[in-house]
Amino acid sequence: MAKSEVEGSSSLRHAFGGVLSVFILLLIGVVAFSIRLFSVIKYESVIHEFDPYFNYRVTQFLSKNGIYDFWNWFDDRTWYPLGRVIGGTVYPGLTLTAGTMWKLANSLNIPLSVETVCVFTAPIFSAFAAWATYLLTKEVKGPGAGITAAAILAMVPSYISRSVAGSYDNEAVAIFALIFTFYLYIKTLNTGSLFYATLNSLAYFYMVCSWGGYTFIINLIPMHVLLCIVTGRYSSRLYIAYAPLVVLGTLLAALVPVVGFNAVMTSEHFGSFLVFIIIHVVALVYYIKGILTPRLFKVATTLVLTVGIAVCAVVVAILVALVASSPTKGWSGRSLSLLDPTYASKYIPIIASVSEHQPPTWPSYFMDINVLAFLVPAGIVACFLPLSDASSFAVLYLVTSVYFSGVMVRLMLVLAPAACIMSGIALSEAFGVLTRSMKFHITKYFECSHTEAPAKLGERTSAESSAPLENMTKSDTTEKPEVARKEKVARRKQKKEKELTENAHVKPVSAKKEKRPLVLPLEASIVSVFLLIVLGGLYVLHCVWAAAEAYSAPSIVLTSHSHDGLHVFDDFREAYAWLRHNTEVDDKVASWWDYGYQTTAMANRTVIVDNNTWNNTHIATVGTAMSSPEKAAWEIFNSLDVKYVLVVFGGLVGYPSDDINKFLWMVRIGGGVFPHIKEADYLRDGQYRVDAHATSTMLNCLMYKLSYYRFVETDGKGFDRVRRYEIGKKHFKLTHFEEVFTTHHWMVRIYKLKPQKNRIRGKSRKSKLGTKSTSTKSGGMTHKNPWN
Amino acid sequence: MAKGTNDAHLLIQSLRKAYTATPTSLKIIDLYVVYAVATALIQVAYMAIVGSFPFNSFLSGVLSCVGTAVLAVCLRIQVNKDNKEFKDLPPERAFADFVLCNLVLHLVIMNFLG
Repeated sequence: MAKSEVEGSSSLRHAFGGVLSVFILLLIGVVAFSIRLFSVIKYESVIHEFDPYFNYRVTQFLSKNGIYDFWNWFDDRTWYPLGRVIGGTVYPGLTLTAGTMWKLANSLNIPLSVETVCVFTAPIFSAFAAWATYLLTKEVKGPGAGITAAAILAMVPSYISRSVAGSYDNEAVAIFALIFTFYLYIKTLNTGSLFYATLNSLAYFYMVCSWGGYTFIINLIPMHVLLCIVTGRYSSRLYIAYAPLVVLGTLLAALVPVVGFNAVMTSEHFGSFLVFIIIHVVALVYYIKGILTPRLFKVATTLVLTVGIAVCAVVVAILVALVASSPTKGWSGRSLSLLDPTYASKYIPIIASVSEHQPPTWPSYFMDINVLAFLVPAGIVACFLPLSDASSFAVLYLVTSVYFSGVMVRLMLVLAPAACIMSGIALSEAFGVLTRSMKFHITKYFECSHTEAPAKLGERTSAESSAPLENMTKSDTTEKPEVARKEKVARRKQKKEKELTENAHVKPVSAKKEKRPLVLPLEASIVSVFLLIVLGGLYVLHCVWAAAEAYSAPSIVLTSHSHDGLHVFDDFREAYAWLRHNTEVDDKVASWWDYGYQTTAMANRTVIVDNNTWNNTHIATVGTAMSSPEKAAWEIFNSLDVKYVLVVFGGLVGYPSDDINKFLWMVRIGGGVFPHIKEADYLRDGQYRVDAHATSTMLNCLMYKLSYYRFVETDGKGFDRVRRYEIGKKHFKLTHFEEVFTTHHWMVRIYKLKPQKNRIRGKSRKSKLGTKSTSTKSGGMTHKNPWN
Repeated sequence: MAKGTNDAHLLIQSLRKAYTATPTSLKIIDLYVVYAVATALIQVAYMAIVGSFPFNSFLSGVLSCVGTAVLAVCLRIQVNKDNKEFKDLPPERAFADFVLCNLVLHLVIMNFLG
C-alpha cells in the first residue's frame, strides 16, 4: 500500500512534470520565433543580403513551374553567355521546404505569398531547432539539461545572425537538420533500434539536401565511432548506429544532384568508408573472441595479424597512390581551405576575399556566444561524470566545431549548438547541486525544529529508495514546482538519515545506486543560485540587444539617425526598379559579382557574374574590365554583349562597402588570370589611394571614372566621405559610357555603353591623305577619338 | 612450425565446433549475408570486365547488396539470444525494423538505378 502510494504520487509528479515541460518547450519555440522578428518590425518584411535573393528567385520559379521544371532548370539569365544549371548546382532542401510550406498554406486557403513564406522560414525552423536541441541534450544528459539547452539555443546570437526573419539562406534549415540528425544518431546509439537508424539516414538525407556543411556530419560521426572503438566502448549498438547510416547515407547523398558521384569519389567521404571497414573488422574480432577460448583466440590473432598486415600494407599503398595522384589530394577547394587556413589566400583569391571566410576575432566569440564561452568548459567536465557514448559525442562535437570556428567566422554557426548543449548540461548540473544543498539544509533545519521520528519512515525507504533515486539522478531541479519538491525532499532526507545512522540493510542499496551527494553550505548555495539567475538574465539581455541592434540589418535598406530624424537609404531597390522599368528584357547588366543575385531577382535582367562564383575566369574578365581604361573596358564589355554597367558608390553618404573599397580584390582576381593587370600599378608606395597622389593607372581605370563621374558637382571639392579625402581627378568626361541613372544618394550608378559610330572620321581620311589635299575638316580633326 | 600448423588445425576445429552450436535461424541469416556479399563481389568483377558506365547503376547494385548484408547483420545482432543488450526486444519488432529499413533502402536503389 505504501509502495502504490509512492508510485501514484511519483507518476503524478511525472505527469505534471511532463505537461510543464511541454508548456515550457512551446514557450521556448515562441521565444525563438519572436526574437528573430526585429528586422521585420524595424524595417519591413523583406529578404536580406545577397544569397537569399537567389534562393527567393529559385523558390518563385518552383512555385510557378512545379518541381520537374525546377529539377531540370537551366538558367540563362546569369553568367551570360554561359548560363547556369540550377538543378544540378543548388542545394534543393531550403527551396523545397519553403515551396512545400507555401503549397500547404495555399491548399488550406491561407493566402500567403511566396515572399512571406521565404521571410519567415528561418524563424520557424529555429523554433524546430530549439526543440531538436532539447531532444538531443535529453539523450545526452537528461530532460533538465535538455530544457536549459533548448532555451539557450533559442536565443544564442550566433544562430540568430544567420536566421533572422528575411535571412532566407541554407543555414536556416540546415542547422535544424544538423541537430536533428545528431539527435537520431545518439538515440540509435542509446537504444540500438534499427528504426531510429533508418530515421537517422533520412534526416541525414535532408541535411545533404540543405547545406554543403553536411560533410561535417559524415566526418564527425565516423570520428566518434573510431573514438568509441579506441576507448573500448564498442558495442553492437554502435554497429547498428553506424553501418546502416554509411550505406543508406551514401546512397541518399548520391541522389542529390549537387553531390552526385562526389559521395563516393571525394576525400570528404573516404573517412566514413574507412571507419566502415574498421568497424566490420572490430565486430568480427569481438564475435570470434566470444566463441573461442582465450588461448585459441591468441593463436588466431597472431595468425591473422601476420597475414593481415601484409594485405593492409598493399591496400594502403594503392589508396595513397590514388589519392596523391590528384593535386588537391581529392579534397575540394573549400574543404581544403578549412583544413589548411592559408590555402585559400595562396591559391583561390575568390574564397579568400569573402568576408565571411576570414578567421574570427576574439571579441566576436564573446559577441556571438557570450556567456556560453565560459560555461562550455564546465559542461565538458560535467560530460565526464559519468562518461557515456552520448556525452563523448557531445565533447567531440564541441572540440571539432571550436577548431573550425577558429578557421572561418561563418562556422561559428556550427559551434553554437555544441556550445548550447554543453552550457545546458553545465547549468543543469550546477542548479542540481545547489538546489539539492539548499533543500538538504532547509529540511535539516525544519527537521531539528520538529521532532518527527524518522524510524517508521525508515523501513519504507528501503523499498522506495529505488524510485526517488531514479528521479534524482535524472530529474531537473530548475522547473519542478515546490509542492513536488517537498515530497522529494522528505525522501531524500530519509535517505541521508539512513547513511548517517548506518542502517546495514539499506546502506548497500543506496550506496550502490548513488555516491554520497555533494552538499554545499546554505548561504553559498543561495548566493550561487541567485548569481546564476543573474547570469542567465545578462545572457538574455545581450541576446536581445544583439538581435535588435547588430543582426537585424537587411543590408538592402540602410538607415541612419541624425539630428533631424531618421534617414532611410533605399538606393539599391531604387536602382533595380529603374533597371526593371527602363531597360529591355534582354539587356545585359555587368557589375561586380556581389550584386548578381539581387539584380536577377529584383531587376529581372541578365547578369554576367553573380554570387555563385563558380567560374573564376569569367569573374576575372569583369574584374579586368573594371581595372582597365575606358576603351579597353568598352571592348571587353562589348564582347560580352553588355548594355549597362552598375557600380556601387558610397562616397557621398559614407557607405563603406562600395566598389572602390572592393576594387583591389577586382585587381587581384583579374590579375590572377590576365597578367597585364598588376596590383602594384594601382598602389602608390604600397598604399591604396584615390586622391591626388594616386597612380595614373588608378585614376584612369573604369572603376574610378564610373564612381567619381560628376562627383565634384555635389560639393565643389569632391570630398569622399568614406576615404576621407578629396579625390584626385575631379573634372573629366566619359568617352565610351554615358550615365543613365544615379540614385538619390548616389549609392548606385548605372551607365550605358555608347554604341559604335557607323563611320570613323579620320581613319578613312588618313588612307587617302596621299591623294587628296587637306580639307577644311582636317584642321578640326586633332583628337582621334571616333566616339564623340 | 608443426606447432603452428597444429594450432591452426585446432583453431579451425574449435571455430567450426562453436559455429555449429549456433541456432538454425541465425545460420540462415548468415547464409543470406554470405549470398549478398557474394553477389556484390560478382558485380564488382563484372564491372572490372565491362567498365563502369553507367556508374549510378553500378553503385546502386553494389550498395544494395552491401546494404542488405549490413541490415541482415543488424537483424542477427538483435535476434541473437546470447546478446544481453537486446533481451527485451521482441524478435518480431526486430524483424519489422529490418523490413522497414530494407524498404527504404530498395526505394532509394530503385530511384538511383537509372
